[in-house]
Amino acid sequence: MSKAVYSLLLILIIAGVTVLIRFLPFLVFRNETPKPILYLGEVLPYAIMGMLVVYCLKNVSFVSGTHGLPELISVLLVVLLHRRKHNTLISILAGTVCYMVLIQVIF
Amino acid sequence: MKKNSTLRHAFVASLPVMAGYLVLGMGFGILLQDKGYGWWWALLMSTTIYAGSMQYVAVDLLAGGASLLTAAMMTLMVNIRHLFYGISMLGRYQDAGKARPYLIFALTDETYSLVCAPHLPDGVDEKKYYLYLSLLNQCYWIIGSVAGAAAGAAFAFNSIGIDFAMTALFVVIFVEQWEKATSHLPAVTGVGISVICLLIFGPSGFLIPAMLGITAALFLEKRWLDRSGEVYSHE
Repeated sequence: MSKAVYSLLLILIIAGVTVLIRFLPFLVFRNETPKPILYLGEVLPYAIMGMLVVYCLKNVSFVSGTHGLPELISVLLVVLLHRRKHNTLISILAGTVCYMVLIQVIF
Repeated sequence: MKKNSTLRHAFVASLPVMAGYLVLGMGFGILLQDKGYGWWWALLMSTTIYAGSMQYVAVDLLAGGASLLTAAMMTLMVNIRHLFYGISMLGRYQDAGKARPYLIFALTDETYSLVCAPHLPDGVDEKKYYLYLSLLNQCYWIIGSVAGAAAGAAFAFNSIGIDFAMTALFVVIFVEQWEKATSHLPAVTGVGISVICLLIFGPSGFLIPAMLGITAALFLEKRWLDRSGEVYSHE
């Protein structure tokens, strides 16, 4: 499978599943959504965001190289900045610039 | 006359989303371009997928050559929250006519937060207002992501480390959810099980076990979460 075909297929699947989720309530559930699905819809977003943070940091090695210090410092900056200012764009921009400077210049 | 006023109201209401979508869209475009995908890929993804967080994840899945099953499961887990948006818009979108399929397709977090605003100004055509709002928002997202990909290609800069934008985005959402939740058990479960699965299965194989493990653990924890009463505040 060529890279273009693979990429198209992957995008198609992601788009398809997203559409499915968005249309499901209108097509199937109408007034009655199964309880387990309601429950998952409530709690999963919290757990999955935690998983995505781990996913982003999956290749960080704490025992070799930079010991994950650039990642640790930048994540801390994002957390502190966001708890203080609650400005999504500033938090993301500052964290990314901090990380880029750390790994390009310092480490 | 009436049409213009509806469009104007929709445009004004969409301004906060415009800022966010243009910048986050650009971030997505830059990342995508950085992995070797040109602006037309950004256009394709922002038109057909149109889901912010998931498109950031998709860049990584594409670049890492993830399996189609992983991609499908990941999409299901990341976007399942959209179920609620649909459920709460069942009534409001009931009589939307021909625009209904598009309105449902375009129900992102940000669009949802705007269309579920309690009341509309006088003289506004409700159905058209929802349609304009949804269309404007997707336009911002598409323009931002295509511009990001094009700019990333045009300006050669040392992009090492730009991937961190995705990490920062998810950390920000994680912090916001953390502050909103009255129980931190689901968030801790997500991080804990993912770390355990990462240690056992390694970076390339931990996603599917983690997703299954998290789902199972959340069902096991249901009793405690129920006992602590009204755990989650719905928007």
